[in-house]
Amino acid sequence: MNITKYEKYFFILPLILSLLAVAAIVLWGLKPGIDLSGGSLLQVTYTDARPAAEAIHEAVEPLNLGEVRVQPTGESGYILRQRDLTNDERNTLLSTLGTLGKVQEDQFNSVGPIIGQELLRKAWIAITLVVVLIIAFIAFAFRGVSKPVASWKYGIVAIVTLLHDILVPLGLFAALGHFFGAEVDALFIVALLTILGISINDTIVVFDRIRENLRLNEEHHKRESYDEVVGRSIVQTIARSINTSMTVIIVLAALYFLGPAATKNFALTLIVGMVAGTYSSIFLASPMLVVWERFSNRKSG
Amino acid sequence: MFRLRYAAVVILIAAGLVGYFVYATTGTGGRFDFKLGLDLSGGTHLVYSADVSALPAEQVADSLATLREVIERRVNAFGVGEPIVQTEQGGALGGGEHRLIVELPGITDVDEAVKMIGATPLLEFKLVKQGFENNLELASTSTTPGAPLIPNPDAFEETGLTGKYLSRAALEFGNGGALVTEPTVRVDFNAEGTQLFSDITSNNVNRPLGIFLDGRLVSSPTIREAITDGTAIISGNFNAESARELVRNLNLGALPVPIVLSSTQTIGATLGDEAVRAGILAGIVGFLALCAFMILWYRLPGVIAVVSLLIYIVLMLALFKLIPVVLTAAGIAGFILSVGLAVDANVLIAERLKEELAAGKKTDAAIREGFARAWLAIRDSNIAHIIAGVILFWFGTSLIKGFALVFGLGVLVSMLSAITISRTFLLALGISAESKFGHFLLRSGLRK
Repeated sequence: MNITKYEKYFFILPLILSLLAVAAIVLWGLKPGIDLSGGSLLQVTYTDARPAAEAIHEAVEPLNLGEVRVQPTGESGYILRQRDLTNDERNTLLSTLGTLGKVQEDQFNSVGPIIGQELLRKAWIAITLVVVLIIAFIAFAFRGVSKPVASWKYGIVAIVTLLHDILVPLGLFAALGHFFGAEVDALFIVALLTILGISINDTIVVFDRIRENLRLNEEHHKRESYDEVVGRSIVQTIARSINTSMTVIIVLAALYFLGPAATKNFALTLIVGMVAGTYSSIFLASPMLVVWERFSNRKSG
Repeated sequence: MFRLRYAAVVILIAAGLVGYFVYATTGTGGRFDFKLGLDLSGGTHLVYSADVSALPAEQVADSLATLREVIERRVNAFGVGEPIVQTEQGGALGGGEHRLIVELPGITDVDEAVKMIGATPLLEFKLVKQGFENNLELASTSTTPGAPLIPNPDAFEETGLTGKYLSRAALEFGNGGALVTEPTVRVDFNAEGTQLFSDITSNNVNRPLGIFLDGRLVSSPTIREAITDGTAIISGNFNAESARELVRNLNLGALPVPIVLSSTQTIGATLGDEAVRAGILAGIVGFLALCAFMILWYRLPGVIAVVSLLIYIVLMLALFKLIPVVLTAAGIAGFILSVGLAVDANVLIAERLKEELAAGKKTDAAIREGFARAWLAIRDSNIAHIIAGVILFWFGTSLIKGFALVFGLGVLVSMLSAITISRTFLLALGISAESKFGHFLLRSGLRK
């Protein structure tokens, strides 16, 4: 079987997904969580009976807290999101909520704008750093490979693949943010960075096999076209690419369905990124190498 | 073969001992119990920004160290178990802002915590200006008898003498004029303060001196004579309780730099308990599902992967206790993720082993070759993980650092457990893929 014969069809799905993701991000944008933008979150439980969300809106209206978003949580709780609050404002808010029923504070989190901005800036730097270091690492690891495709091309292809792996969860969260109010917080960025680290693996595994097969062919003076080598390498590595991702997805699924609320979005981001990463390492990265090789051959020949 | 089996038994016994250590020290609350972060144990996390703009650059570091000490003393006086007080600079990215971070495990009453930390008794001595002797306070405030008075801002001039020059404060019961003994607060100044106080009193005999606490006028005794021994008595409307509190706060010290609360995080204990339970459940279910997958798919190498995964988990838990690593929800997520990644190496090895067997190698040689060849891919992928982990650690707030530490540690430990331990066990079993049973165990998915 020669997988690379069908490479045109392989590009369709990643291309559509990437375009959808870009559209979602442009159209709806991402909702930053309070740890990145500043603001506060108050989670309370009404121990007797939970009042209606409208009643809460009405009660907090005169407190002058800016826009307050009220979201029910669990059996009898609410999460209120608003601008960052001083301790006095928090007390006023709590006692106001207390007028509607017996209330208990579960968690309160208020982040000043400076700290949020700093974290956001750091996040950008961290993402850039990871990408740059991974390009450098791949260029280094594949420095010996130059025929018929130059080593830096492996690096570029890996980055395009990573871009796809990151775009998919970003797009998903733009959509989730628009429809369900999902927020992008520091943990989301952690998940993205982790995806960068993990999904590059699958790509490396395939590239590594291509490198090995090219070397073996040369040693045995065997003539084989580049796309045949790539196709054979993919077939040889497909089981372990899928299985290494499967093991991670299994534990992440447990974390998503059973784990603490605090890390649910984190697990979801990673699962989506892992699936995208596995798909792209098999069906996007290596076929792209083949297309690139063919394209430059046509130009030179 | 004998040496390999010997090594395998030693590894199993050692792992068993480590496992017993983990089990025996859990839930004891002792030195080696798991350390839970605030989001799991419940508690309060406060971030203050410290305003050092008034200080010359060379004094900043000292002042921040003093600030940390003062706050630590106050927090300790409050009786919190294992509080964390640290200063941190926002770095060039945060405009170089200096911060004070206070973590109070088990305290969920932010109000109380904020009051305790922010309780800055600001003691000031100010002279009454000529002609204002009978006009010390604002008229509107003098209606409630006994309350501290809001002073008339025009009536006083600064002397520069403040609580900064205090060496210690003490509670005394002085004769309050009448026959009752009235609680008073006696303050002793340090050398510099004694000099200053002596100058002020000798130059202003017969003028009233206002004593201010947190901007309120406490009393305004008239200076009878120069006081050179550096002692002042503050009297006025104290009861024994309020005087004792003032003495304690004065002795705990005034803050060297003003601080403003910029972030608060409080998590109730219930929420934390739920998170711990959910995390443990997710971990166990994830692990069992992973075991089922590995054994069904890879058979014998799968069983060995499960054994080495168990050893990995036990080692990691022991490291969490020994280092110690403060576990947060993000850290638990990182650990669960690392369990999935740790078995990756076993997948790579098992796949490679199948290939080597398919290529017609003898079992023993195939195992050795499979491990050797898989090593390159394992090393490369782990380097990528470590790059991500290191950057995450740098990026981190305490929440993310917890994740990055667990993740990075996991990558390193898993390399050891997957390569060394799995290899030893597989070789020690000494199964030959040539036999019918061995064929079943090792060559899953391979046609003869």
